[in-house]
Amino acid sequence: MTDARNGDDFATIHTRPAARKRLARRYRAERRFRFFGAAAIFLSVGFLALLLGSIVLKALPAFTHNFAALEFDLSAPLEASDPATADYDAIVRNALRDRFPEVAGRTLRRELSALLSSAAPVYLARQFQARPAGTGFTVPLSDTADLYLKGLLARSRTIVATGPAKWTTSGERGALETVTAPDLRAIENAFTGQGGQDGQRPSILIEIAGGVLKIGQLDANIPGGVWLARPRETGNAAEPGQWRIRIFDTPQAKRKLSDRQIVWLDRLVANGTVRPALNTIFFTRGASREPEMAGIWGAVVGSALALVVTLALAFPLGVGAAIYMHEFARPGRWSRFVEVNINNLAAVPSIIFGLLGLAVLLNVFGLHRSAPYVGGIVLALMTLPTIIIAARVALGAVPGSIRQAALAVGASPLQTVFHHVLPRAMPAIMTGTIIGMARALGETAPLLMIGMVAFIVDIPGGFADPATVLPVQIFMWADFPEAAFGYRSAAAILVLLVFLLAMNGAALLVRARFERARS
Amino acid sequence: MLLRARTMATVAAVMFVLSATAATTALAQTRAQVRIVGSSTLFPFATAVAERFGQSGGFPTPVVEATGTGGGLNLFCRGIGVRTPDIVNASRRIKASELALCMANGVTPVEVKVGFDGIVVASAATSQPFDLTREQIFLALVRRLPVAGELGANPNRLWSDIDPALPEIAIEVLGPPPTSGTREAFVEQVMIAACPADMQERDCSELREDGVYIDAGENDNLIVQKLTANPRALGIFGFSFLDQNSDKLIGHRVDGIAPTFDNIADGAYPISRSLFFYLKSEHVGAIDGLGEYVAAFTDDRAWGDDGYLTEKGLVPLVAADREKFRADATALVPVSLKP
Repeated sequence: MTDARNGDDFATIHTRPAARKRLARRYRAERRFRFFGAAAIFLSVGFLALLLGSIVLKALPAFTHNFAALEFDLSAPLEASDPATADYDAIVRNALRDRFPEVAGRTLRRELSALLSSAAPVYLARQFQARPAGTGFTVPLSDTADLYLKGLLARSRTIVATGPAKWTTSGERGALETVTAPDLRAIENAFTGQGGQDGQRPSILIEIAGGVLKIGQLDANIPGGVWLARPRETGNAAEPGQWRIRIFDTPQAKRKLSDRQIVWLDRLVANGTVRPALNTIFFTRGASREPEMAGIWGAVVGSALALVVTLALAFPLGVGAAIYMHEFARPGRWSRFVEVNINNLAAVPSIIFGLLGLAVLLNVFGLHRSAPYVGGIVLALMTLPTIIIAARVALGAVPGSIRQAALAVGASPLQTVFHHVLPRAMPAIMTGTIIGMARALGETAPLLMIGMVAFIVDIPGGFADPATVLPVQIFMWADFPEAAFGYRSAAAILVLLVFLLAMNGAALLVRARFERARS
Repeated sequence: MLLRARTMATVAAVMFVLSATAATTALAQTRAQVRIVGSSTLFPFATAVAERFGQSGGFPTPVVEATGTGGGLNLFCRGIGVRTPDIVNASRRIKASELALCMANGVTPVEVKVGFDGIVVASAATSQPFDLTREQIFLALVRRLPVAGELGANPNRLWSDIDPALPEIAIEVLGPPPTSGTREAFVEQVMIAACPADMQERDCSELREDGVYIDAGENDNLIVQKLTANPRALGIFGFSFLDQNSDKLIGHRVDGIAPTFDNIADGAYPISRSLFFYLKSEHVGAIDGLGEYVAAFTDDRAWGDDGYLTEKGLVPLVAADREKFRADATALVPVSLKP
């Protein structure tokens, strides 16, 4: 009957019109249900793709960083008896100043130094101490310089000039003469767009003959201003298409990067000093207040330490409890009471476990604050009910004939459970465990109370060292004002997802081994 | 099969060893690093100092927890010993009740005023600048206003309802939730300061709950994102977020004063509050690096006019005050709440 699903055959069975109508309605209902089912799946896959896509897009800039390869004069630390005492601040400062000998004055030099990360000296010192004979050291750029080079800060429009131009120079200042009407109009439009004084209106930079002229006034149709970079000495005329007008619509005062800094950065990129590289800092270091020095490794280690403790406590305890309750305990009022309570415990909000951790583990037992083993214990308490329930259901699904057969050939009840019942239930227990562990991995609320929501720079070396975990790190980065932390929190979310997938993968492997052993 | 049972036994054994070591390490607890708790407003500054302090070598990096001012003081005043924090960051002064708790537990706090934090009223850079007074903000946000002699729901829906000179757009303000210290300071310095004579202070401190004032949560970044998406809305948050997002936001004048670094520093801008940290004098000398951390924080390279904390948005004290609090911190002068 199933393969004869066409109207003619049914028509012979359902003869009355009312019956045929009912049949058609039943088919319509099924088609509707199928459509809604498919639509629901399509919708959720779409949302998931949207969510993941936006996170990946936002995270991508954080995986690379721009580093500057300068010629560092490392003779001082090489000759010093203790290389740690050398003045690396001065080494970094001087290396950058050597590239821009024309930059003079305290304010300008400070502006120049701000291109590099404030942690650049520490970063250089660490590299040098790791391999004193090495060369080609690089230091990271500051977060704002890096964001600019990635096109995420201080965006500009560039207009390639259609006419020729002549430039004049007198001291610091310069002017453009014989600019043709279309180019002049482009400059004028941007210049008079918003009015106001310098710093409050869009910046117009003229890139001509290797120099950069910042337009400050527009007298008698002659754009004039200050040379941020000097043009070449020879000649004074540029052909059409040989010079460009660059307009930054965001005024300089509202940017974290000044026009000068942009010109310097562009020069460093043009001569190959600054290059993007894989952001190894992000993957190998702990928290930092400087976005360019902030890393996820401290939180990964903290999460791993806490979860090892959670697994070591919750899995044997949970499975043991389930086995006892399901296979050995006599059914009665007492065991029903315990079971109801375990079910209730699974629904308790996680913050309650944190309060318990604070009140009992920290205040009564005096365990370490912020330590991953305390976090692990709290998370284990939270995960236990989930594992017990999953294990009980899994044990219940093992057919009774297995137990009877084992007992019939003379196995003791303990042997029956451990040799025959438990291995069969193991795959489902693993699934329950991994669900519980995944929840533990994503928790911040219970850890808040026991001090794991903290700024911890040093990477934890053991179970009692202060540590934080991945979701806490994401939460904290999302809260910092610097824009670069936003990209890093997206990248950290990806790391958390990878961690989760790795955990799931490990569970799948173990499951597959149990299933193979059974067959 | 037998092997599997044995592995399970091993796992159980490992578990017991683990909990046993945890218990024994807890008995002989020492602490290598300075521990700091307290306000999330000071968190960006305290962490910056802590990180540089750790990099300078000699001592491990202090651990900084953002527990909120109240929660932090509660932990701090619980007693002395390695299990209690050494420093608490506070976005307001310690209260007499908290000081009494500290004293009762044998804790003598030393007060160090760190600087100021301005509270700004800002909106997206694409919106037009407002020129507000504190009275106008009060009229826009208070829950109940006297209408015909009796307190009734605030009738103002448009800014132009308050003052015809203001634009004709709906009042929509995103701000901190009641638990936040920013909210506390905002209420005190705007709502209560602008409280008219015919209203009770308590009624003045209640903000609207009819959807005009929107609780945007503790995350100031979220407010910044919502503001850029909605140019008609105004946001209330700390100055450091305006400073870091100056390309996306504009800060509005309050009482004719723009929320700039200089105006907050010299006290001209009306909505700002002082930031403090309290040092546990009993721990100085007992905890390695504590005195050195305080010295690093009170160094002009950190909290001075050109210090690195100003880059993080801290508005510094004047030099004479810095000198005074540095001396107090070094000499461990106990806090006194007398003005």
